Amino acid sequence: MINTITTSGHRALQIEQPLIFELDTGGSTAVDLPAAPKVRTRLGDLRSDKPIGLPGLSEPEVVRHYTRLSQKNYSIDTGFYPLGSCTMKHNPRLNEKMARLPGFADIHPYQPQSTAQGAYELIDTLAHWLKTLTGMPAVAMSPAAGAHGELCGLMCIRTAHEANGQGARKLVLVPESAHGTNPATAALCGYRVESIPATALGRVDINAMRAKLSSDVAAVMITNPNTCGLFETECIEIAQAVHAAGAYFYMDGANFNALVGRVRIADLGVDAMHINLHKTFSTPHGGGGPGAGPTVLSAALAAFVPVPFVVRGANGFSVVEHAGTGAAQKSFGRMKGFQGQFGVFVRALSYILAMGVDGLRQASGDAVLNANYLRVKLSAELTPAFDGICMHEVVFDDSFLKNTGVSTLDVAKALIDEGFHPMTMYFPLVVHGALLMEPTETESKATLDQFIASLLALARKAKQGDQAEWFKGSPRLAPRRRLDEIQAARKPVLRWRKADVNVAVTKQAAE
Amino acid sequence: MRYLPLSDQNRAEMLGSVGVASVDDLFADIPAAAKAKAKFDLSNTMSEMEVERVLSAVAAKNLNASQAPSFLGAGNYRHHTPASLDYIIQRGEFLTAYTPYQPEISQGTLQAIYEFQTQVALITGMEVANASMYDGATACAEAATMACRVTKRAKVLVSGSVHPHYRDVTATALRFMDMNIECLAPDPVGIEDLIGRVGPDLACVIVQTPGFFGHLNDYTALAEACHAAGALLVICVAEPVSLGLLKSPGAMGADIVVGDGQSIATPTCFGGPGVGLFTTREKFIRQMPGRLAGETVDENGRRGWVLTLSTREQHIRREKATSNICTNSGLIALAFSVHMTLLGEAGFRRLAELNHAHAALLADKLEALKGVKILPTAFFNEFAVQLSKPAAPVVEALAKRNILGGIPVSRFYPTYPELENILLLTATEMNTEADIDILVNALKEVLS
Repeated sequence: MINTITTSGHRALQIEQPLIFELDTGGSTAVDLPAAPKVRTRLGDLRSDKPIGLPGLSEPEVVRHYTRLSQKNYSIDTGFYPLGSCTMKHNPRLNEKMARLPGFADIHPYQPQSTAQGAYELIDTLAHWLKTLTGMPAVAMSPAAGAHGELCGLMCIRTAHEANGQGARKLVLVPESAHGTNPATAALCGYRVESIPATALGRVDINAMRAKLSSDVAAVMITNPNTCGLFETECIEIAQAVHAAGAYFYMDGANFNALVGRVRIADLGVDAMHINLHKTFSTPHGGGGPGAGPTVLSAALAAFVPVPFVVRGANGFSVVEHAGTGAAQKSFGRMKGFQGQFGVFVRALSYILAMGVDGLRQASGDAVLNANYLRVKLSAELTPAFDGICMHEVVFDDSFLKNTGVSTLDVAKALIDEGFHPMTMYFPLVVHGALLMEPTETESKATLDQFIASLLALARKAKQGDQAEWFKGSPRLAPRRRLDEIQAARKPVLRWRKADVNVAVTKQAAE
Repeated sequence: MRYLPLSDQNRAEMLGSVGVASVDDLFADIPAAAKAKAKFDLSNTMSEMEVERVLSAVAAKNLNASQAPSFLGAGNYRHHTPASLDYIIQRGEFLTAYTPYQPEISQGTLQAIYEFQTQVALITGMEVANASMYDGATACAEAATMACRVTKRAKVLVSGSVHPHYRDVTATALRFMDMNIECLAPDPVGIEDLIGRVGPDLACVIVQTPGFFGHLNDYTALAEACHAAGALLVICVAEPVSLGLLKSPGAMGADIVVGDGQSIATPTCFGGPGVGLFTTREKFIRQMPGRLAGETVDENGRRGWVLTLSTREQHIRREKATSNICTNSGLIALAFSVHMTLLGEAGFRRLAELNHAHAALLADKLEALKGVKILPTAFFNEFAVQLSKPAAPVVEALAKRNILGGIPVSRFYPTYPELENILLLTATEMNTEADIDILVNALKEVLS
């Protein structure tokens, strides 16, 4: 059923927008360039004048195209985004302004080191904050995101084992509640993965873990606070058991935002932990990235840190760029081009300086308070997966929907019509039909109360009975109704092609 | 604190609802031994103007390219950014959205990714592209590991034309996966023989065009040799503006093309974040790393887009995933796509022409100097030159004259004394003829 209310297909502010390829006006451009100097070209026989197939549009058309696309997105600027484990907090525009200072944006990673002292100082200052807030002695700054930081930590661990004659260790233990990047990362680092079960209290089963510890175990990776939003109360005992078995303790720091200014990570016995600057320190998620995943390291792992890294000397800062010599004698090598996610560093430091250590401590407190407020208020109709106080996020199971015919997914889609972004669904895997909510510290009580009222009303509606069909029809008011994901995967159409070409290629891909 | 909306009255009410006396009581699960005892020795909250003051002072310690003619490249290029590009990517609906997991309210991001995938496929001459990797170097590593999966072989050959960071990051990744890599020596003159080294044990050969030293190579014959041996050909493109003027890697027969979109997407930003480009043939899509947006319809039959084929990815497949990547380079991919849309075919070609013309002009003027020899006979906007003396002190001397006059290759290859005199120079549309004359005249003095 296509919209028949209007002749244009548009619906007031919801405007249908074709692909740029369908808007092609032929030969137009939105960028006027000066004439090229007349010179002898030196392209050998590699010059190609074959058409590429890019559409040509004028500047007003391009600006309107992307403005219209933007209006089809939910965002933290426009509304409440309680995605558990994703930390969708306000992104201050000051950070963007700072990142665009020419002294940060218009500098090159390989200009003479004497002309980039401010850049090295910025990296060193951010590193100092991260080390001080965690109590850890070293930090690798180059990882590009959380999963990349995990990889950095495990690469340090494997290199340390090999240096200590323990290279035969081939197993990494990961709780079954872990984010998928943990096992995927361990596999990329050449390890086998075994999972550790959770207790009924939503924590790592330390006895089950002890039973799996052996001389074959290289590392244990534990998220803390974990993906159920709970602090691993036996964290110190876990670290001691891991160390007693000759393995290293990797703590996934995706949820460090709950602990900043309140817990010294070093005192938990951690050997490595990545910090998602795009979560904890409020650099924007940008529709999927970029992020940055600096990884703090214990004294046992510090020597294996990847290149490049900044060092401070008598004559200012310099950067160590090559593994195997000098300060990088034991470095495992390079894992990222250039100096890491510098633009993200600027934004994170801008946020950190604005907050200050007092503000950061207040932020972790408010994040945890907001999550507990949701937990208590929503428990009127929803079923919390675990009893007691949670940290920065709270998880409910789907037992409140039992026998209603309504699923977690349906509730989430109904929330879209209420004007909220859904929570994380069906994760962590250890909670049946999980609804994982992380409000963050940048939401007001009034926003939380609105969300609570909507979600409680939906839960009551589901429990009335005979509402499954209504729920399955949600959302009704978004730019699109539910999309056919099965068709998308079965007959993948991953790019635009001229109509006649597309049919043949789609057919071929499906075969 | 201006970023925190809760008032003290709100906090008191909420603590009452939760049933605890203080915020600290919410942290009762944390062992006393790990609770921060003393206050951290760090600064307290600052006003917006104080932060600006502090960071502006740090930024001012750098010599930026708006203050000095800059001829730096090596995989990180300075191009003009249209004003509307920065406006569009700063729209909050793009900037502050998450990964588009809820397609009904993420069609803007999803359609933009689909357009990005199409643009990247078109300019590389390939069939499909993903939604982005971190950067060119990590995309190259992902290409190598994908080639190993596709061919079920465990050895990779890397040409001396490949950017040393791409090579090093790939070597790191393969070493930890217990695969083998052979890296050929840096090749400033452009004489290495790759075809003779292709054998039935290779998963892939990795090359780059334009090469790290600036050479332009047609890898068609190499692609044929790889395919005859059951290996894949991976072509890296560190400067995608070149694709506006040059034969595409897809037309040469590449199986995977990777690169960094930084040059089109963002200012140089001290090297990051960039955006990894990753493309391949349609028959390999189920072995690809990274997110993919695909076309579908909604319940009303209206066209829309979703993230698809996610059974390759870590959140579904865990340790059997094709990669561990989660966060990618979404906003930089959007910037790339917006700039490509602004340029269009005509603008993209003109931009490439302009880059080459400025580099050729620089080469013409340098050839008149004693003690400077241009190494590649064919190049795009960057080339290596052999100087009559070591390049590193020459660059320092130029910096003292307020010129960012190229990159000494020794900074990438400190253990190759034969590369000591080689300087890498880039000229883009940003380098005016006046800039070029300043560099050439200063170089003449420094070399004499």
